[in-house]
Amino acid sequence: MSAKSDNLLAVSLKDAAAGGLIALALFSVLIGMKAEVASGLGGQLGIEYRWVAVAIAVAVVFGGRLLLNLFVWKADKPVTETAGSFMPSAKMLAPLGKYAMPLFLILAVALPFLLLSAYGARGSRQYLDLAILVTTYVMLGWGLNIVVGLAGLLDLGYVAFYAVGAYSYALLAQYFGFSFWICLPLAGILAAFWGIILGFPVLRLRGDYLAIVTLAFGEIIRVVLLNWYEFTGGPDGISGIPRPSFFGLEFKRGEGGFADTFGLDYSSIHRIIFLYYLILIMALITNFVTMRLRKLPVGRAWEALREDEIACRSLGINTTNTKLTAFALGAMFGGFAGSFFATRQGFISPESFTFIESAVILAIVVLGGLGSQIGVVIAAIVMIGGFEFFRGLEEYRMLVFGLLMVVIMVWRPRGLISTRNPSITLSGKKAKGISADLVQEGHG
Amino acid sequence: MEYFLQQLINGVTLGSIYGLIAIGYTMVYGIIGMINFAHGDIFMVGAFIALIFIVAFGITASLPVVLLILALIAVLVASMALTAAWGWTVERLAYRPLRGSFRLAPLITAIGASIALQNFVQISQGARNKPLQPLISGGFTLSDGGADGEGFIVQLSYSQILIILVTTALMIGFTLLISKTSLGRAQRACEQDRKMASLLGINVDRTISLTFVMGAALASVAGLMFLLYYGVIDFYIGFLAGVKAFTAAVLGGIGSLPGAMLGGLLIGLIETFWSGYFSVEYKDVAAFSILAIVLIFMPEGLLGKPEVEKV
Repeated sequence: MSAKSDNLLAVSLKDAAAGGLIALALFSVLIGMKAEVASGLGGQLGIEYRWVAVAIAVAVVFGGRLLLNLFVWKADKPVTETAGSFMPSAKMLAPLGKYAMPLFLILAVALPFLLLSAYGARGSRQYLDLAILVTTYVMLGWGLNIVVGLAGLLDLGYVAFYAVGAYSYALLAQYFGFSFWICLPLAGILAAFWGIILGFPVLRLRGDYLAIVTLAFGEIIRVVLLNWYEFTGGPDGISGIPRPSFFGLEFKRGEGGFADTFGLDYSSIHRIIFLYYLILIMALITNFVTMRLRKLPVGRAWEALREDEIACRSLGINTTNTKLTAFALGAMFGGFAGSFFATRQGFISPESFTFIESAVILAIVVLGGLGSQIGVVIAAIVMIGGFEFFRGLEEYRMLVFGLLMVVIMVWRPRGLISTRNPSITLSGKKAKGISADLVQEGHG
Repeated sequence: MEYFLQQLINGVTLGSIYGLIAIGYTMVYGIIGMINFAHGDIFMVGAFIALIFIVAFGITASLPVVLLILALIAVLVASMALTAAWGWTVERLAYRPLRGSFRLAPLITAIGASIALQNFVQISQGARNKPLQPLISGGFTLSDGGADGEGFIVQLSYSQILIILVTTALMIGFTLLISKTSLGRAQRACEQDRKMASLLGINVDRTISLTFVMGAALASVAGLMFLLYYGVIDFYIGFLAGVKAFTAAVLGGIGSLPGAMLGGLLIGLIETFWSGYFSVEYKDVAAFSILAIVLIFMPEGLLGKPEVEKV
């Protein structure tokens, strides 16, 4: 036993040393020497040496790799096994799916009041803002889930539809003075329309090609928004976007406002709570529609398409129409979310619709577990919540975000919630969760 | 006419840089069928490593020409080696554990790796862009604007010649490498059928690793060329260059080495002519539209083989 553990230690040390050496090579230049415009050299670059930082980085790699080797990779009893038993397995998830959804829902509905009683009107504002942000991403995630999770089409330009929705509302409000409630459906329809326009030519493409074209489309939309100065305001964006009203009642101080009508004291928190419920309802509608659509022929066609496109075609499913409906519906919900974003912010600019947003939404969907609605919620809370939690470490959070995407994916390639209930079962048989390993990925 | 000639020269130069990056995409896509999304950022890392070496060794334009050339070659070799190490590490950590996993998984880790690399360089090297004093100045004046001095001056700078020469040399070298050496044979075997190749005794993991290493080394050459040509880099150059190089790879036919080069040249030319004759703002739109059009009407690209759907 001792010989074996000696051997383990030696092997682990060797491996960690190799990792440390590679880290030394990698980091010595990029961390160790910083090319900086020195003040004394007249705008020329000078080098600032930081060997201590390199030593720390190499030590972290060495230590991390050593610990991983000793306790996880080469150990007889990896600690992850013990930890892994706490992770949701298929069996544990069955009741979770039953109870978690209503529980989440009750929590979500009660959240503003919980926060208000805990932190007061002033203190709860930032938490409510965060909740609104998370819910927006949940809605976007659910929208994209139709395209990626159900239909198996990889869309890297989803943010384009988000942008179309936001700009539709902002421009309609600016040029025609339309209110939010008129613009909301219009924005959705316009986004869906764009989804179809884009979808028609490119949906014949397969897998990764589709991904790169959608990415290109997202960039085109952004570049156009950025450069069409007369119409969209270019990099200055559009400001002064009107706020939504509560059935015609505005959230303002004094006569005729929301607080006045209901006999409440005016507080700016009312509008925030209203916005929270607005996005919550929009998100729940997205979820509801998706869940119902899954049971319709078109939803089954989506899932069949994801599993095997060729089989689909030979069974007489019109793949183009199926893909188009998925694309248009996903785009429509993106458009809804976009116009909500515009009205919440009151200001939009192309800055908000970069590729990184698409990547974040896609990461939420994939990390949550493709096609899993509750997984999207969990991933959105973890990622966006964590994102805001580390706001103080502004610089490092994107780095951590990128690394987390890699680590979670390597650790659980199927996402956090990797089982899903079949949409339809043979009559009489009880629905059993399908393990992810049994679910083939289509070729989109 | 002079204006056209100048744009042509600029386009070919830009296209060479895109072509060098595109080779990395096309080789990786050919062998494991994934878009190495982090490749553009590997190119950016290569440019930064080259910049740091140039500044650290104190290489300036005041050195004698022979010494300058030798120093640049040394920088090129060193940064190729280091960038290759980065490429190898990314493959080892982010892609290899997911081999055999489902299709989307490596793409997600690739996006993650791209974000991580970008922000790592932003943190370690600062967000401000890095201007480098031009190392190679001067060139040939092909047309001095006519006798009355009213025509357009056409210049072919030494750095442009250097970029085109190096690219051509590397192209020839890599084509020979793929077609003649045992490594190239192993790569082509893995491309056709990975399982069969491994049954025949080819170390598939090693071959794939080497593919990434080669791609990264070429990207670092492109990085140095970009640095010499434009004289300024920042941590964000990888994204756009990456997408355009991928466009080039698709345009030329993915999996085909000469195709990548041809696609790179075409994208470079389209972009330069578009900005020369129409508008600079929409040059990216032009490049991306080309991508969409090519994919829709000619998904196999100019020199690629049509993909066969297997059941």
